[in-house]
Amino acid sequence: MHFGPHLLLATLEGLVTSAVLALTALGLSLVFGVMRVVNVAHGEFFMLGAVLAWAITSAIGGHPALGFLAALVIAPLIVGAIALVAERLVLRRLDYNPEATIVATIGMLYIIQQLALTFYGPEARPVEPPFSYRIVLPWFGYSGYKLSIIAASALLLIATWLVLTRTRIGLIMRATQYDSETTQAFGIPVGRVYGGVFALGAMLAAIAAVLIVPISQAHYLMGQDPLLLSFIVIIIGGLGSLRGTVVAAVLIGLSDGIVSMFFSPTLAKIIATLLVAMVLVFRPQGLFGTASR
Amino acid sequence: MTDKNGFFDLSKTGFTRRAALKGLAAGAGLAMAPGFVRYSQAQSSAPIKIGFQSHRTGIGAAYGRWYEKTTAAAIKAINAAGGINGRQVEVIIEDDGTDPGRGAEVVGKFATQHKTDIVFGTLFSHVVIGSAPAAGENKMPYFVVSEGHHVASTKLNRYVFQPGITDVKSQIQSMAPWIAANAGKKVTQIFPDFAFGYDHRDYLPPALKAQGADVIAQIAIPPTESSFTKYFPQIPAETEVIYHVMVGPAVLTFVKELGEFYGSNRPQLFGFIDSLEAVDINSPGLEFLDGSHFWEGSPRYAQPDDTEAQKAYRAAVGIDDNGAAVGDPKDVSTAAHMFGCWETLYVVKKAMEDAGYKGPEDRAKLVEATEALKEFAEGPEHPQGPKTFNGKIHQCFGIQNISKVEGGKLKVVHKTKIEDGLYEPEGDYTTQAL
Repeated sequence: MHFGPHLLLATLEGLVTSAVLALTALGLSLVFGVMRVVNVAHGEFFMLGAVLAWAITSAIGGHPALGFLAALVIAPLIVGAIALVAERLVLRRLDYNPEATIVATIGMLYIIQQLALTFYGPEARPVEPPFSYRIVLPWFGYSGYKLSIIAASALLLIATWLVLTRTRIGLIMRATQYDSETTQAFGIPVGRVYGGVFALGAMLAAIAAVLIVPISQAHYLMGQDPLLLSFIVIIIGGLGSLRGTVVAAVLIGLSDGIVSMFFSPTLAKIIATLLVAMVLVFRPQGLFGTASR
Repeated sequence: MTDKNGFFDLSKTGFTRRAALKGLAAGAGLAMAPGFVRYSQAQSSAPIKIGFQSHRTGIGAAYGRWYEKTTAAAIKAINAAGGINGRQVEVIIEDDGTDPGRGAEVVGKFATQHKTDIVFGTLFSHVVIGSAPAAGENKMPYFVVSEGHHVASTKLNRYVFQPGITDVKSQIQSMAPWIAANAGKKVTQIFPDFAFGYDHRDYLPPALKAQGADVIAQIAIPPTESSFTKYFPQIPAETEVIYHVMVGPAVLTFVKELGEFYGSNRPQLFGFIDSLEAVDINSPGLEFLDGSHFWEGSPRYAQPDDTEAQKAYRAAVGIDDNGAAVGDPKDVSTAAHMFGCWETLYVVKKAMEDAGYKGPEDRAKLVEATEALKEFAEGPEHPQGPKTFNGKIHQCFGIQNISKVEGGKLKVVHKTKIEDGLYEPEGDYTTQAL
């Protein structure tokens, strides 16, 4: 294949990775930014989204688009509810202590993963895409559904940005992120904000998973890669920075797509990890992060 | 253990030789037979214990589940017919997580904790390679159903056998003439980046070369990969045949993305059914496979010329004419491989009977009796077809099926002969000490 089409394919693949990664990492970034909780179980919320998408689509039947749309709405809601319960039962009782919550979320990771293994099983199960349109280019074919993931993800990112910057809820969240004690002094129920943010973070991961599952299948171990990449993204982008998260996700996604296509997937992972090391050495707060007060 | 009270000190007065012997015998009996209460009268009535190293979780889970079903069916049939040497057979399952490190631990657990008579049933080649040393150290006969060439390469040890399924080197050698003659001469290989894939990487090029065809590109993909489009540009444009063999939970994605990439304007496809094992061939997005060819160890779909033995085997395992679980058409089996469990257990039965096997102390005799086997006739015990067995390399050789996707089914279009797949042995296990 010639260089031009090859690069085009690499870019498309990279953008799909970026789109899903941006949503997943945004959830992790929000939780860290507002609550200062490093949520190691984030990848499992992603996996739960995919597994629930399979359960919902196979329960509904009929035209694949019907089941998919239902999954896109219901799966994140269920995952959000589970996250809320986990937040109430575990994180709140630990008083959001940074060290304790890391250990607690590691525990949650294993609990969720093993429950999925017990009730869903070890198989990888497919979910039908809502539409299957193959875009025919002169050099290769490409899945139309994959392109729609990029669009859907962009829309969701814009929506999240609007909520954060233009609504009262967003204002409260930003205020809590800036200084939770002062916010509480102003009569904001910080505890409830924490619960909401934790659920929202999990829901973003679940939405990303529902979008990706028609092209990658639901599997109980699928949460590991997104978790690792999300951490890479938010470290590079700056913890808690929405803009940084999106920029870093595009950067990592594209470099992953292009490097793994022209060289090897292993090299792409090496470069991403090296990038994290460089950022930590030269700009510990991340590309767009603000230095800690 | 220290003998503080002098129980075993025969010079002590008041302790007769008879009493000491009784004590020793009772102690030995206790040590050798856990569950000693039920079977304390004679070991011969205790069940034969087969440790099943199963891929219950991890990337091999779909295979593990069907290997368990097939094994359960075979054990049921064996026990109904009187067991082995008049003893019932009991299977103890341990999950190895499709992980080589865990696999070795499981073999150790079977040897020291469950004290099974043999270990059996592993599929994934990296788990076999990782577990084989543990089997050797524990002098534990280890019967794998893996398909990889590592057993026959004689690089493992004398306790490892593969008597139920042909190895990859033989499969490739017997099918290469058909590929070169019917599919095309310029072949690009896509294979998983671990032991099993390397068998394909190493043995396909020479086998095709002998038929005047060439491998023009080799693409290795990590078995845990979840997205594949990025590898496809490496397929050279002049490729006439894509030879694909993939494993793991993402196999459906692999084939789907191949279809999206090429559409109907594709090179010929020759795949190992591993790329679609446990996956419905009529899944949406797989239409482009129509007319392509697959290797199958044992056919997934019932064929018009199926023998009575094949029909009985399918009924016993519980798969319908489409190779899916009876009553659940979506639960597609791993039919191309799992017959190996059934056949291996009958080989174990034969070898144990030949050896007059009584218990773990006869494991060396069992190894020698297995090595003495020469051939297995087609029939209820070997429904996939006749096989020969080479005791020096611990490997069996059988027929292979090449099937064409036609109207949403796999139809066998070519069967190889056993002779097509024979090669010069690379070593001799029987020279190793037991």
